[in-house]
Amino acid sequence: MSVSASEIPAANGIISVCNLIKQFGRFAALRGVDAEFAAGKFHVILGDNGAGKTTLLRALAGLAHPTRGTISILGKTPREACREIGYMAHPSLLYDEMSGMENLRYFARLYDISGNSRPEQVIRLVGLDPELSRPVGKYSQGMRQRMSLARAILHDPKILLLDEPFSNVDIHSAREMVGLLKGMRDAGKTIFLVTHQAALLEGVADEFVWMQAGQIAERSSHLAPGVRTERP
Amino acid sequence: MSSFWSITLATLSKDIRLEWRSKDALNAMLFFSLLVVVIFVFSFDPLAEESRHIVGGLVWVAFLFAAVVALNQTWARELRNQVLDAYRVSPASANSLFVAKVLGNFILVSLLEALMAPLFVVFYNLRVLGPAWQLIPVALLGTWALVVNGTFFAAMSLRTRSRELMLPLLLFPVSIPAVISMVAATTNILTGEDSAHFYIVLLLTYDVVFTTACLALFETVLQAE
Repeated sequence: MSVSASEIPAANGIISVCNLIKQFGRFAALRGVDAEFAAGKFHVILGDNGAGKTTLLRALAGLAHPTRGTISILGKTPREACREIGYMAHPSLLYDEMSGMENLRYFARLYDISGNSRPEQVIRLVGLDPELSRPVGKYSQGMRQRMSLARAILHDPKILLLDEPFSNVDIHSAREMVGLLKGMRDAGKTIFLVTHQAALLEGVADEFVWMQAGQIAERSSHLAPGVRTERP
Repeated sequence: MSSFWSITLATLSKDIRLEWRSKDALNAMLFFSLLVVVIFVFSFDPLAEESRHIVGGLVWVAFLFAAVVALNQTWARELRNQVLDAYRVSPASANSLFVAKVLGNFILVSLLEALMAPLFVVFYNLRVLGPAWQLIPVALLGTWALVVNGTFFAAMSLRTRSRELMLPLLLFPVSIPAVISMVAATTNILTGEDSAHFYIVLLLTYDVVFTTACLALFETVLQAE
C-alpha cells in the first residue's frame, strides 16, 4: 500500500516508522514495527534469520511496500526521499560484466551526476583503484562489497541503508569499512546497518536495535557483555 | 539534454555494451532464425509464385519467435545481483528504463531482420511485385509493435517462476492484430495484388495505442514486488 506524504506526520530530522506491517502472502515479515530513529546516528539492526531486518531495510529504501503502516524519512515517503537514501543490499546490485568504474559511471547518470570525478572519488574512498579494468564479476567478494558500498554512497546520500556489508569480508577489510562508516556518521550521515557481526561495531554505533519475529524487541546504546549478536 | 533522455541514452549504451560483450541475445536469435528458415525451406520447397503468398507469414513468425529470445534476455541481466533494485531506489524515471529497453530490443531485432531478409530472398527465390519501399515502414512499425509489447510483458513476467513461458503466453495473443497486419501488408507488397496502405495505418495505430498504454503502466510494473 503506497502512502502519500500528506498522510505522514511531519517529522523533519528523524526517520519514523509507524505500525509497520509487511506480509508476504500469509507470512508477516514485519508485525507492527513502531520506532523513531534520530538522524545523524549509527543504528545497528540485529536479530536472528527471519527476524525482519532485511524487510525493514527494504521498506525504508522504498523497495518493500508496507501492507499497513507508514514510513517517514525526513518528513517524506521513501520514494520522495530517494535522493537522500543510499542502499546497499546483500547482492552487489552491480553488473558483473562491467568494470567498477563503468558501473559507477552508469549509476551516477541515474542521479544526474556526469563525468568521472565523483565515481573515481568514491572508488578511492572505499580503498579500490578506479583504473581497475577487470569486470566486477572477477572481483573478490571483499572488493565487490566495497564497490557495492561505493555505489551506495555515490550520490552523497544523507541516509545509508546497509544490508550485511561485512558478509564474506575479511576482518581487516571489515574494520576498514567500519572506519569509513564511522567517518560518514561523524560527517552527519544517518546509518542503518544490518549485520550478524555486531562486535565489529561496538564503540562505534550509537544504537543497537534487536529484532525478533518481525518486531523490535529491544533498543540499547551498547551491546550487553557476552551477548554480542544474540537477541536479548 | 533533459534528464529523461540522458538516462535513456546511458541505459541504452550500457545495454548495447553488455550485449556486445556477451552476445547472448544476438547469437541465440540468429541461430534460431536460421533454423526456422532452413526448416521451412525443406518443409515447403515452394515455387516463386507460392513463396510470395506464404513468405510474409513465415518471415514474421520467425522474427516473432526470435524476438522472444531477445526479450527474455533483456530483463534477465537486470535480475542478476538484483541490479534492478539499484534502479528502483534511484530517482530515475521508470519510463527512461522502459524506452531504453525498447530501443535496445528494436536495434537488436532490426539487426536480425537486416541479416535474415537476404536469406529469405535467396531461399524462397523472391521478387517483389508491389512497391518494395513500403516494406521499410512495415518492417519498422511491425518490429516496434513486437518489441514494445514484448519488453513490457517481459518486465511483467520478471518475477514469475516460469517467465520464459509466461512471456509468449502474454505477448502472442496481444500481438495478433499486429501480426495479421504485418503479414497481410507484406504479402500485398510481395504479390502486388492489393494495396498495403490500410495495414500500414493499422500498424501505426496499434503502435501508438500500445506504446502509450505501456508508458502509462510501466512504473506500476517496475515498482511491483
